[in-house]
Amino acid sequence: MKADIILAGVGGQGILSIAAILGVAALENDLYLKQAETHGMSQRGGAVVSHLRISDKPIASDLIPMGNADLILSVEPMESLRYLPYLSPLGYVVTNTTPFVNIPNYPEVDKVMNEIRSLPRFVAIDADQIAKETGNSKVSNVVMLGAASPFIDLDFEKIEDGIRSIFARKGEEMVELNLKALRAGRKFAEENR
Amino acid sequence: MQKHLFLGVEAIGQGAIDGGMSGVYAYPGTPSTEITEFIQENELAEQRNIHRQWSANEKTAYEAALGMSYAGKRAMVCMKHVGLNVAADAFVNSAMTGINGGLIVTVADDPSMHSSQNEQDSRFYGRFAMVPVLEPSNQQEAYDMARNGFQLSEKAGVPVMLRITTRMAHSRAGIIRKDVLEENQLRLPHDPKQFILLPAIARRRYNLLLQSQDAFLQMSEESEYNKYLDGPDKSLGIVACGISFNYLMECFDGQCPYPVVKVSQYPLPAKMIKRLRLECNQLLVLEEGAPLVEEMLKGFFDESSIIKGRLDNTLPRAGELNPDLVAKALGLEVQSGMPVPEVVANRPPALCQGCGHQDVYRAMNEALAEYGRGRVFSDIGCYTLGALPPYETISTCVDMGASITMAKGAADAGLIPAVAVIGDSTFAHSGITGLLDAVNEKANMTIVISDNESVSMTGGQDSSAYGKIETICQGVGVDPAHIHVIIPLRKNHEEMVELFRKELAYEGISVIIPRRECIQRASRRKRNKA
Repeated sequence: MKADIILAGVGGQGILSIAAILGVAALENDLYLKQAETHGMSQRGGAVVSHLRISDKPIASDLIPMGNADLILSVEPMESLRYLPYLSPLGYVVTNTTPFVNIPNYPEVDKVMNEIRSLPRFVAIDADQIAKETGNSKVSNVVMLGAASPFIDLDFEKIEDGIRSIFARKGEEMVELNLKALRAGRKFAEENR
Repeated sequence: MQKHLFLGVEAIGQGAIDGGMSGVYAYPGTPSTEITEFIQENELAEQRNIHRQWSANEKTAYEAALGMSYAGKRAMVCMKHVGLNVAADAFVNSAMTGINGGLIVTVADDPSMHSSQNEQDSRFYGRFAMVPVLEPSNQQEAYDMARNGFQLSEKAGVPVMLRITTRMAHSRAGIIRKDVLEENQLRLPHDPKQFILLPAIARRRYNLLLQSQDAFLQMSEESEYNKYLDGPDKSLGIVACGISFNYLMECFDGQCPYPVVKVSQYPLPAKMIKRLRLECNQLLVLEEGAPLVEEMLKGFFDESSIIKGRLDNTLPRAGELNPDLVAKALGLEVQSGMPVPEVVANRPPALCQGCGHQDVYRAMNEALAEYGRGRVFSDIGCYTLGALPPYETISTCVDMGASITMAKGAADAGLIPAVAVIGDSTFAHSGITGLLDAVNEKANMTIVISDNESVSMTGGQDSSAYGKIETICQGVGVDPAHIHVIIPLRKNHEEMVELFRKELAYEGISVIIPRRECIQRASRRKRNKA
């Protein structure tokens, strides 16, 4: 099994929380994992990306070679397009549709969405809205992970276990909320892929 | 066996603790910061009461670590690459004094300048000081090197450099921990004169360092981190340094057809390199950073074009490597997905909404409008983003502390008013001595210490000048009548503009301290409370 995932977003949006859940899920299943993160200056509202690689064989490079990513998981629509050169010909783009506008020249959202809709394989999801419906707008990243989960070759239960493990110290209520968000995201993706 | 999911920097922190370290000394700097943060939050470090407070700068950190080594204990000092410029005096001379307790200097280079003003390669410093250098290819090696590096240092008798780059620092992988070693006991150096670099002793120490070079080479030849990996195709031999080894293996799915020398400890393992040269028609050098090894192998007179790398454009001269660049250098086909659509705009970093630096720059721009542009000298920190729109207030960013000293030089040249903008932590790091120069010469300048009460760009560490800035300025000799503290908020805009105008017009040194806690740090503090 192999999953090469590009996680994309804007500094401060918390894409690393998604990586942490998958990381625990991978490690607890004796899978190999490498995950390169962006720290430093870009975390001040700049474009950030994380290369997450999971495999049942040892992984050499910390960075995903171009044209090899199975999935681009973006928590912001424009950012989902920035890393297309990394996407494999059979790869999926799963993106949040809520724009994060912190630059004066942010393009018209329609133009961004048109580009996304022209991709061969994508899921565009309003994760912020679904998170709100779930009960807490802060769980949108977990909704995104749920939406991406059908395209990651890991048992869904393992990802659920990852949630339990990461949120355990924040109490049962937080675990349940995040599991609900994860399942809501997955449901949307399965109905809209 | 339990695996721990660690960033490279965290693996180094854990390795150092497990290696019997008694103190870590550091000043924050991307991509090195999290080594010390990891140790600060580690339970065993707390139990053992391992020293883990931040230092005022890399030089004070280095010297304190050397002092701990003098006392017989194991110490690590961590910094980003440019931090070693600050600590270079201590570093180079510590190779002369040698060590007592094991000493590791961990330096994190930032090729491609993700968060830095240059991409200098610290291996040059290691070679310059003539000490062994370790360069891990993966997180497990990073852990092992940090853990075993103290013993290596004690065996070599000198500090050992552990050199990493951004991708190693900030990439996570599962690592397996080894036994936790005991700390050293307090023990004075065997030779009471070892650390006295008076010329007569220094000459003796230097000879010893020169004589040790053969031993260091032998250690490299026998190092578990250096390997000669044979391959059937001798048309090419590859020297793969540090993390570039991974990119090479990625290209061949772990089965490289060419012979490879994997280099993770320096001085270069000469025997392995010579064997590679003898057995292969051409050599390709893969190294993260500058073409240091490539230049060594090429020499001045070699025009045979046998050696490929960054110098002959087989690889780009600047920037970090990645699997695609390495594949291209090997003549392999590089895949690429779809191009980036034109609609995608750049998203550079920016000051956070609500950040006090924004209010400072808004007020400064208004007050400086009558003088024109090009008069504001700045420094290293979040406020450097004041160079970008919409502020474009500052004209310089060179090195830690250079705002005050460059403004002074410009004032000496007649640029009036000359203004410096420096953060509270950078002021503590390297601004105070520059201020003393300015005071001694009664320079005509205005110094803005934009105080957000933290080292913010690196994640909100404690600033060593916290609560002391006015006292420091007064102590250095600034007239208290021209030291002003103001809260940078939109509602104080007019008051700030007025204050700037008044002090810009004053002939002499003024210090204006806009003070409001970093909003990121404030919100983290509130979250932690809740």
